[in-house]
Amino acid sequence: MSVKLTTRRVGDVTVIDAAGRITLGEGASAFRDRIRELASSGDKKILLNLAEVSYIDSSGIGELVSGFTTVTGDGGQLKLVGLSKRIKDLLQITKLYTVFDVHDDEAAAVRSFA
Amino acid sequence: MQLSRAARDIDNMEKIQTLLDSTLESVDKAEALVMREAGKLGFDEDDQHGIGMAVRECMVNAVVHGNRYNKKKHVHLEIVTDKEIAVTIGDEGEGFDMSMLPDPTAPENLLRQSGRGLLLIRAFMDDFDMHPRPGGGTEVRLVKKVPGA
Repeated sequence: MSVKLTTRRVGDVTVIDAAGRITLGEGASAFRDRIRELASSGDKKILLNLAEVSYIDSSGIGELVSGFTTVTGDGGQLKLVGLSKRIKDLLQITKLYTVFDVHDDEAAAVRSFA
Repeated sequence: MQLSRAARDIDNMEKIQTLLDSTLESVDKAEALVMREAGKLGFDEDDQHGIGMAVRECMVNAVVHGNRYNKKKHVHLEIVTDKEIAVTIGDEGEGFDMSMLPDPTAPENLLRQSGRGLLLIRAFMDDFDMHPRPGGGTEVRLVKKVPGA
């Protein structure tokens, strides 16, 4: 299964619920397209929920970074919530854990945008 | 995908060799095959996941950067299992100089989109070696020892 992306609003925050695999190919490009779409439509507060993401490879990590730079470059914020231990480990290995604002709880993550 | 399997009863070593097309489907096939062999060898789920990811990263390098999706070129996969799993992946590309790669964890490179594959491979495997492949291209060898073996 590739990645499935569902977008919803919580207050003025856009939450992207991702499910499946974010890997080179369809998964990574779908993710990239969605982030760019949101950034170009003026969304400034984006919370990426990775709770249902079962797998992410280096290309997927690259897309997270690219999404982060796209959104912050437009003056917005992109934060992460719901990371599995494996994804947390990947962000630790790549030293990206401190680059992203990572939350365990969605409500707290949404509040942090205020 | 055609598999060639050879077993030696004396030392329980088993070898699988296969030739894969230069496609992303081959990346998935190689990952699944190696994870299956790692599971049979007794690696736990986390180790299987890490080994699978290391193989995925090497296969992507071989298919995308080595063979550049060229239909006439193949990826050579060999899996040897004993008290460890040793995976060799060779491409038929132009060759690759690992020393040219910037450190992806250096502050100035943290926000680069690519270049983290080798870092992940090293994180998940016990040994990693990259060298020119006899006959052209690049070959990598990944080894993970079975815990307690």
